[in-house]
Amino acid sequence: MGAPMDEPLLNVRGLKKYFRVAKVWKGGWKRERAFVRAVDGVDFSIRRGETLGLVGESGCGKTTVGRLIVRLVEPTEGEIQYEGKNLACLDKKQLHPLRRALQIIFQDPFASLNPRMTVSQIVGRPMQIHGLVEKPRRDENIGCLLESVGLRKEHLGRYPHEFSGGQRQRIAIARALATQPQLIVADEPTSALDVSVQAQILNLMKRLQKELGLTYLFISHNLGVIRHVSDRIAVMYLGKVVETADKYAFFRSPAHPYTKALLSAVPSLDPKKKTEAIPLEGDVPSPIHPPSGCRFHTRCREALPKCYDEEPFFHQLEDSRWVACHLYP
Amino acid sequence: MTALLSIRNLKTQFRSANSVVRALDGVTFDIDEGAAFGLVGETGCGKSVTALSILRLIPSPPGKIVQGEIYLKGTDLLSLSEEQMRRIRGKEISMIFQEPMTSLNPVFRIGDQMSEVIMLHQGDHKPQAIKKAAAMLGRVHISDPERVIRQFPHQLSGGMRQRVMIAMELSCHPSLLIADEPTTALDVTIQAQILRLIKEMKRELNTSILLITHDLGVVAGLCDRVAVMYAGSIVELGDVEDIFSHPEHPYTRGLWGAIPPVDQEKESLSVIPGNVPDLSSPPPGCKFHPRCASRFSPCDQRVPPLFETSRDHFVACFLYGGTNG
Repeated sequence: MGAPMDEPLLNVRGLKKYFRVAKVWKGGWKRERAFVRAVDGVDFSIRRGETLGLVGESGCGKTTVGRLIVRLVEPTEGEIQYEGKNLACLDKKQLHPLRRALQIIFQDPFASLNPRMTVSQIVGRPMQIHGLVEKPRRDENIGCLLESVGLRKEHLGRYPHEFSGGQRQRIAIARALATQPQLIVADEPTSALDVSVQAQILNLMKRLQKELGLTYLFISHNLGVIRHVSDRIAVMYLGKVVETADKYAFFRSPAHPYTKALLSAVPSLDPKKKTEAIPLEGDVPSPIHPPSGCRFHTRCREALPKCYDEEPFFHQLEDSRWVACHLYP
Repeated sequence: MTALLSIRNLKTQFRSANSVVRALDGVTFDIDEGAAFGLVGETGCGKSVTALSILRLIPSPPGKIVQGEIYLKGTDLLSLSEEQMRRIRGKEISMIFQEPMTSLNPVFRIGDQMSEVIMLHQGDHKPQAIKKAAAMLGRVHISDPERVIRQFPHQLSGGMRQRVMIAMELSCHPSLLIADEPTTALDVTIQAQILRLIKEMKRELNTSILLITHDLGVVAGLCDRVAVMYAGSIVELGDVEDIFSHPEHPYTRGLWGAIPPVDQEKESLSVIPGNVPDLSSPPPGCKFHPRCASRFSPCDQRVPPLFETSRDHFVACFLYGGTNG
C-alpha cells in the first residue's frame, strides 16, 4: 500500500440528500411540495484501516449516509471523494469497478439474503459480476471465505432459512468480503441480534479488519457497540454531523450538548451508579421543516440567543475534535 | 414485605404436530409489593411466555400451562374462571407491550380507548371516564391532554404512544404492571424519559413492576431484584446490585461479558460458544451444560436446583453446591 496511513480513504464534503415526499397540505386547497432533508450537509473523512462509528437516533440520516457512500441512493449535492475520485458524479459504468472496493452489510439478515438462492450463489454472485474467480475454482474460494467467517464448507448448498440470525449475518459478511473490498459500510449489523451473538459478530468483524486491513463505516444507535468497534466517532442529529472526535476524547469529554445528553441517557450496567440522564424534552423535530439556526436549539438546555437563527459552523476544536455548536466559538 | 405475586414451579408448553416445546420449565419467583422485578434473558428464553402465563393470555391451543401456581395476593390465578380472570386483567394486573403502535387501536381516538378501560373497571359514565383519562395523561407529563384525548394513535410519536399506554394501564391503579420490553422500540433519549416516568409512577402509585427486557442497563437502572432466564428456567436470582457486581452462573457471566459497555473500555468481548438449545428436545441435566466451560460430572445427569450462595442470591448451578449431599 503506497498511501500513508493518515491520508483519508474516504472524504465526504457537503453531502446532501433530499427525498421528495407527497405534497403537504397547507390548508384549504393549498398544497406544498415538500422534501425530507434526510442528510443536509455532512462532512467527515475516514482514514485507511480505521473504523468510523456513525451514531445517532432513528431518523437522523445515518443509514442514508451509508447508502449514499455506496451509491445505493443518488446524492442531491456534495462530494464523496474516494481515492481521488468523486463517487457522487460518476456514471454507472465508471462506478462499476469501484463497487468492488465498497461493500455494505445491512441490518436485517432476514431481509438482505435472497431466500431462493443457496449460500454458494449468494456469496459467489459478486465474484461472478466482477469477474474475480474462474468458475471451477469459485466453490473452493467460497468455501475458504465461509470458513474465515466461522461457517463450514458443508453450508455451501444450503438456503438462508436453514441458518440462525447470527449465521445469516456471517453469510452477509462473507458476501461483502467476496470482492476483496477496502471499505465496508456496516449499517446496524448487530441490532437484530441477541447480545451473545452480537459479541460473536463484533469479534469477527474486528478480527477480519486486522487480518485484511479493512476500513469500516460502522453505523449504529448503540453507543456501547460504537465504543467497542470505533477509532473515531461521528454523531448525527437531524441530518447533520454535530460532533466528531476520536474515541477516547469522545467518551472522556463530549463537547456538543446533544452528545452529552445522548451519552448520559444510556443506562449504565452498574446499578450503584445512579447518574441522572440529562433530560431532553420532547421529540426530534420533523426533517421536512427543520428548526432555524442550530437544529438542536429546540431541545438544548444551553441554547444562546444566536442559536435560534444562526447556524453554527462545523469547526475544529482540538486536534481530533470537530464540533458544530455556538458554545465553542 | 409480603409477596404480591408468587409463581411456583410454572410449566408452560406449546404443542406442535410432532413435538412439545417446553417454553417454561419450572419457574419460581416472588414479586414484593411496591418492588420492581427484572426478568432478563435472550430471545426465546421464556421471558414473554412468563408474562403471558401470568395474565393467562397463552394462546391455547397450541399453548398450555401444564403445571404450577400463580398467586396474586393469595389467590391462585390458575383456578379462576375466565370471567373472574377478565376482572383481574387491566384492574389488578396490566401490561404494556414493546410496540405501542400495535397495542393501540388505530381507528379509535386516544380518549375512547382510555375511557373504555376506566368505564369497564370503575363503572364510570363516559364523560367522567374521559375526564379521568385526561387527568391520567397529565400525570404522565403529556403537555396538552385535552388535545391528545381527541387524537388518533398515528398522530403521536413513539415516545408519546408509550406514554399513552402507560397512562392507560395505570388508570385503574393496578397492583402489578407488567412491562414487556417497554423501551426497546424507542431511541435512548426517549427511553430515558420513559424509564424516568415508570420510576416516578411506581413511587407515586406504589405499583409493583415486572420488567421484561434483554437490556441489562435498563434493569440496572430500574429494578430492585432480577432473575436471569435461560432456555425456560431461571438460572440466577437475587438482588440487582449483588448480581450485577458478582454474577455467578456461567451463563450470566458469559452474558455480562458479551455486552460492550458505554462507560468503560473493553479489549474483547467474551463469547458463549454454540447456540441456544431447541426446547422441544432440550439437553439432559442442566440445559446450559453443552455450552458451559466449567461443566463437570453431574451437569449432564441432573437438573441443578437453585442454591443460595449468599443471602438472597440464588444460582442454579452445581458449582455452588449439591455435589456432596
